[in-house]
Amino acid sequence: MGPETLEAKQKAAIEEILKAYPEKAAKNREKHLGVGSPNDENQKTCGDVRSNKKTVPGVMSQRGCAYAGSKGVVWGPVKDMIHISHGPIGCGQYSRAGRRNYYIGVTGVDTFVTMNFSSDFQENNIVFGGDKKLGKCVDEIEVLFPLNNGITFQSECPIGLIGDDINAVAKTKAKEIGKTIVPVNCEGFRGVSQSLGHHIANDAVRDFIFDGDLSHINTSDVTPTEYDVAIIGDYNIGGDTWSSRILLEEMGLRVVAQWSGDATLKEMALTPKVKLNLLHCYRSMNYISRHMEKEFGIPWIEYNFFGPSQTIKSLRKIAAFFDESIQAKCEEVIAKYQPMIDAVIAKYKPRLDGKTVMLFVGGLRPRHVIGAYEDLGMEVIGTGYEFAHDDDYKRTKEEIFRSTVIYDDVNEYELEAFVKKLQPDLVASGIKEKYVFQKMGLPYRQMHSWDYSGPYHGYDGFAIFAQDMDLAINSPVWAHSKAPWEKEG
Amino acid sequence: MAGAASLRQIAFYGKGGIGKSTTSQNTLAAMSHYFGKNIMIVGCDPKADSTRLILHEKAQDTILSLAAEMGTIEDVEMEQARLWGKGLFDRETPGGWINCTESGGPEPGVGCAGRGVITAINFLEEEGAYDEDGLDFVSYDVLGDVVCGGFAMPIREGKAQEIYIVMSGEMMAMYAANNISKGILKYANTGGVRLAGLICNARMTDKEYDLALELAQRLGTQLIHFVPRNNIVQHAELRRMTVVEYSPYSDQAREYKELARKIVYNDMKIIPTPISMDELEDLLLAFGLEDEVDESQVGKAAHEA
Repeated sequence: MGPETLEAKQKAAIEEILKAYPEKAAKNREKHLGVGSPNDENQKTCGDVRSNKKTVPGVMSQRGCAYAGSKGVVWGPVKDMIHISHGPIGCGQYSRAGRRNYYIGVTGVDTFVTMNFSSDFQENNIVFGGDKKLGKCVDEIEVLFPLNNGITFQSECPIGLIGDDINAVAKTKAKEIGKTIVPVNCEGFRGVSQSLGHHIANDAVRDFIFDGDLSHINTSDVTPTEYDVAIIGDYNIGGDTWSSRILLEEMGLRVVAQWSGDATLKEMALTPKVKLNLLHCYRSMNYISRHMEKEFGIPWIEYNFFGPSQTIKSLRKIAAFFDESIQAKCEEVIAKYQPMIDAVIAKYKPRLDGKTVMLFVGGLRPRHVIGAYEDLGMEVIGTGYEFAHDDDYKRTKEEIFRSTVIYDDVNEYELEAFVKKLQPDLVASGIKEKYVFQKMGLPYRQMHSWDYSGPYHGYDGFAIFAQDMDLAINSPVWAHSKAPWEKEG
Repeated sequence: MAGAASLRQIAFYGKGGIGKSTTSQNTLAAMSHYFGKNIMIVGCDPKADSTRLILHEKAQDTILSLAAEMGTIEDVEMEQARLWGKGLFDRETPGGWINCTESGGPEPGVGCAGRGVITAINFLEEEGAYDEDGLDFVSYDVLGDVVCGGFAMPIREGKAQEIYIVMSGEMMAMYAANNISKGILKYANTGGVRLAGLICNARMTDKEYDLALELAQRLGTQLIHFVPRNNIVQHAELRRMTVVEYSPYSDQAREYKELARKIVYNDMKIIPTPISMDELEDLLLAFGLEDEVDESQVGKAAHEA
């Protein structure tokens, strides 16, 4: 299939899909669908798609909410703090431990990531207000889990309606227990997706960690060096941050903090002294990176550790910021891993070459993982984000290799229709979509939390990534997915 | 986030129908016109009638109606939601200016008006409305009673520091004033909000001045001004104007000027000492507004007595 025909086929698919909608919905969705091309300078975003707008009512969106953005993404992985889901029990329980943010520590003693803390609202808390109960939660936490280094309040929807003043509770209780307490007003109904939750959570970091009283955290035992960096926006899913930081450390850099996978409050407090912030997930943490640049003069660069091509490019970009000794060590690191990568590619590329992929994920992966697939000879023919903004789509244009169908906030109907029309060999998306495609008899990988696998970052991660994609696509099970009466002859 | 250090944030609370919006707009008009103060009004009432006398309009577009129209609050532009005052209060005329905003909210019986207030104030903060050059006062005009957390938003930390309660000599107005004091007390220690005075918008009931003064003293505050009743207020209002603009040399305009002066120079801001329901009833009895009833008569109909 040549590029011309692919593009024509993609455009026809969009037209066909829009036909199913009523006029008003079609007009709205038309703006969110497009065909991206790597060299088309006329495209303002990728495929000229519009983004970060309210979802069409009635469609099955894959988006999350502001609470998911704050508790689930930004704050939840901070391991030595306790995150109270403030409100009825559901939000906390159904978001518990689902994101595979790995961490080191003894759960329930000095780390708490996979536990669920909730103020468990009942009817009378709605009627009479829940701030007294929230205060009591803090007291109980202090007795049961005295080794916590701080607490965050993650507001669920009802809190914003009854107007509980969680900021006042945080202030009073923080003074009482002498630890950091961070109120986050991330009610689920705010904004159009989880994206606003990231922003609200970033602002809370600014106000309560950078501008807050951290006198209970001793940071004087860490002396800053010229080679200090922080990893920002890596949530250590399946150990991603660990397989990233070893490369940075081998290069001679010192990773002072990981935001927020396997993070501690102390690491976050130390970050304003690093020399460079390395931003992995731009969407969820560009706000705090920009703040640190403005306030503390720390530059930040984006990097991508998916697949060897992008990893090598990023390692050199990071090294260029430092002196020649780091640059020399960077080349040593690249050379050291090259034989391993050659072996991985030699093994898997012949099995995966020319296979097509359609992606639909969250913050950065719709563009960042493209290079990893292409390194294996696979072709990404469609991609899109749940909650991106224009700047994400602009960045996507740099990452695509060929005419690619771009779908912003794609809904269940559209994604299914696109897959049926474009017939990829692999669909890589989230947990909500997974079974739809597996039941269609299509290979599927869950790209939010790596389907119980990972890490996928760095060189070690690439080996696992390649193996997983091979397992999905070349599994013998697909030969049996047709019912006997549908088989020919 | 909360604007310049010299910025004073005040709020008008009081029972529904007591004349809060009229009193607040006339007073703010006097503060702006006679004392050169630059003011932003934040109307926190779904009725959206806190700015009409300044704008000479029926009701301006509210922040929440704009948000509903656009889809989300993030799409609303400041220029649509904030209007400059008309006539005396625009930027061209001498004296101060007044910026007008209304939170708006749902029609009666649906939705959540309290959340509307929170959303609107957050919007104004994020859009920098509090950081405008030269802004001296932000004034919140809040509906009826502090019925839920949303309507307490203006008295939380970083918001209004001085509360003026509009009341009259009627039982329910005084009851509401006492209740609002309880709300202020709740936030006084964490947020720093203070009761700055009672404004008696006279109904000309018996011993109204004495009663208002007594209640003010019981609450630990002052009766900052006793605004007499005058039909000129209604005449001005029919023209969608404040008295200050409609008839600047009238007696009533002078009353508002005096109230404005007292607010501008007010240095009595206290944590209120709300009284119990029994004490409130005793107060009304002491002033002869209710006849003392013997315990044996409680619950008996007229023909039984």
